[in-house]
Amino acid sequence: MDPITVIRSRTAVMPSSNIDTDQIIPARFLTTTTRDGLGAALFADWRYGADGRPNPEFVLNRPEAQGCEILVAGRNIGCGSSREHAPWALLDFGFRAVISTEIADIFRSNSLKNGLLPVVVDEATHAWLVANPGAEVEIDLPSTTLRLPDGRSVRFPVEAFARYCLMNGVDELGYLLKQADAIAAYERHAG
Amino acid sequence: MTAKTLFEKVWERHVVVPETADTPAVLYIDLHLTHEVTSPQAFSVLRSRGLKVRRPDRTLVTMDHSTPTDTAQIFGGKPIALESAAKQIRQLEQNCVEFGLDLIGLTDERRGIVHIIGPELGATQPGKTIVCGDSHTSTHGAFGALAFGIGTTEVGYVLATQCLLQRRPKTLAIEVAKRLAPGVSAKDLVLAIIGRIGVNGGTGHVIEYRGTAIEALSMDERMTVCNMSIEAGARAGMVAPDETTFAYLKGRPRAPQGEAWDRAVADWRTLRTDAGAVFDKVVSLDAAAIEPMITYGTNPGMVAPISGRVPERPGDAVFARSLEYMGLAPGELLRDKPVQVVFVGSCTNARISDLEVAAKVLAGRKVAPGVRMLVVPGSQQVKHEAEARGLAKVFTDAGAEWRESGCSMCLGMNGDTVPQGQYCVSTSNRNFEGRQGSGARTLLASPATAAATAVRGRVTDPREFLN
Ligand code: SF4
Repeated sequence: MDPITVIRSRTAVMPSSNIDTDQIIPARFLTTTTRDGLGAALFADWRYGADGRPNPEFVLNRPEAQGCEILVAGRNIGCGSSREHAPWALLDFGFRAVISTEIADIFRSNSLKNGLLPVVVDEATHAWLVANPGAEVEIDLPSTTLRLPDGRSVRFPVEAFARYCLMNGVDELGYLLKQADAIAAYERHAG
Repeated sequence: MTAKTLFEKVWERHVVVPETADTPAVLYIDLHLTHEVTSPQAFSVLRSRGLKVRRPDRTLVTMDHSTPTDTAQIFGGKPIALESAAKQIRQLEQNCVEFGLDLIGLTDERRGIVHIIGPELGATQPGKTIVCGDSHTSTHGAFGALAFGIGTTEVGYVLATQCLLQRRPKTLAIEVAKRLAPGVSAKDLVLAIIGRIGVNGGTGHVIEYRGTAIEALSMDERMTVCNMSIEAGARAGMVAPDETTFAYLKGRPRAPQGEAWDRAVADWRTLRTDAGAVFDKVVSLDAAAIEPMITYGTNPGMVAPISGRVPERPGDAVFARSLEYMGLAPGELLRDKPVQVVFVGSCTNARISDLEVAAKVLAGRKVAPGVRMLVVPGSQQVKHEAEARGLAKVFTDAGAEWRESGCSMCLGMNGDTVPQGQYCVSTSNRNFEGRQGSGARTLLASPATAAATAVRGRVTDPREFLN
């Protein structure tokens, strides 16, 4: 995982609330045994028509969405299935951060483990982002600050250890493996 | 001694390293359920880092999601129709050999949906921490376990270390007073709860379901309720273990036996929320006021009593878009809506008591012309029991299809799907767009409502048949 410090990008905006992980990547794409190439299946049922051709109306198919690394989504994005294929598909497509007023628990946890930054902001900031799609914003992880083009900046919460891992490009497995003695002691005690 | 909630008691027993401001707690996992869809990439990580599975004895592996439900493909030597699913199943078989894991494989009599077989085998027990790369792991909380869904990266952590890094969640008590009325099921109860608190009402919380209505539920029913905790945004839902719990577990193959059983029960009796313990949030409901429920939209919070109408929400574009997908209009009556497919199955409602209710409605009746009804038992054990007790014959006599166990039409990845634009009354847990197949329109309801609807070919209040 590459370390994350600052993400600077235009935003793509999907204002719907409750975008579930079945929308982010439908189940029929989950019979894979790798995590590669899932960007092609991202939002498949919204992105493509029944004939398999791209739906020109869909926000991620519009020219201005190309190259956007930040997705602004409505409240409770990532609800539903625990499939980690959802953040894998978003990352493979090119996103590096998701901003919302609320992000579902398992999706948030999965995103953090893959270097997709979940950013939760207040209603007013979110309303501004939704009203200004394509705005160039900056997400600064070391200072946990989101900077808007008008110079405003807002803080966002990130769990301390997850932030450390993201900034240093380390995964939690290494940390857990170092707890081997404590785990063995627990197992002896708890039986 | 400070009063503690059930959740706090189970959590505290499993802390290997306490949390600090800088680091989450290291939490020990007693039971890891694993299936074919969310594990391959985790095994790949173990392989590439030269790691072993720390506790094969605490790892229960089966196949259910992409696994077909067609008898010929399971037992008849017919190749699995979906090549990618076949590959995934073979991959799981290989991973189990390579990492020394017992696999409850394709033709094993103990196979079934992972959340059905854990309890059935007695592996699910009060006070345990249980995880699975699947959000409906919340089901196991019905036994007073702390059970929650994880992603594939975390599946790898648990395989390698039997632990997870977790911040302690908040607690939400859902107090359900009185009793459910006749003809009203646990599914209706949990749909009513989600309708009340919303699909994000439980985010960041572990739910404890409490009150007389919950205590009166059977284990099957408690599992139905806990199963859908995640549809309210809560990773876990719990019910305190009691005599009902112990009676269910006694004698099951993986439950403690003999003296160990007595010791276990004595310990399990302590797993109750102490008087005076404080929850972060409390919601109260009156069970007696709940009617059979059915969803009309594209998330489980979009739900109404079966006698009700699709609500009107002028100016709500997301709501309007959802109704457009469903082909329903604001103000439309839900009852009598024609349907083309009825699905009785899934980890929410495919246990023996669910099939019993469906069979009670269907006995001596036929599935309406033009309706396809699929009945998929939650496990091979449930299948055998339903066959032995004549339930399967009721279904096939009525004209329904009777299958091998698996996730089937709950999610469109194993060949069982609802065609574009068709309405399906389903006993599963998610009515998301495309969940049962591209363009499929799902109406979530109880097994009784599903069976009554199959008979009429229209959305039907099951009390017409049951009471
Ligand atoms: S039955 Fe449905 S919800 Fe349950 S585990 Fe299978 S796919 Fe998931």
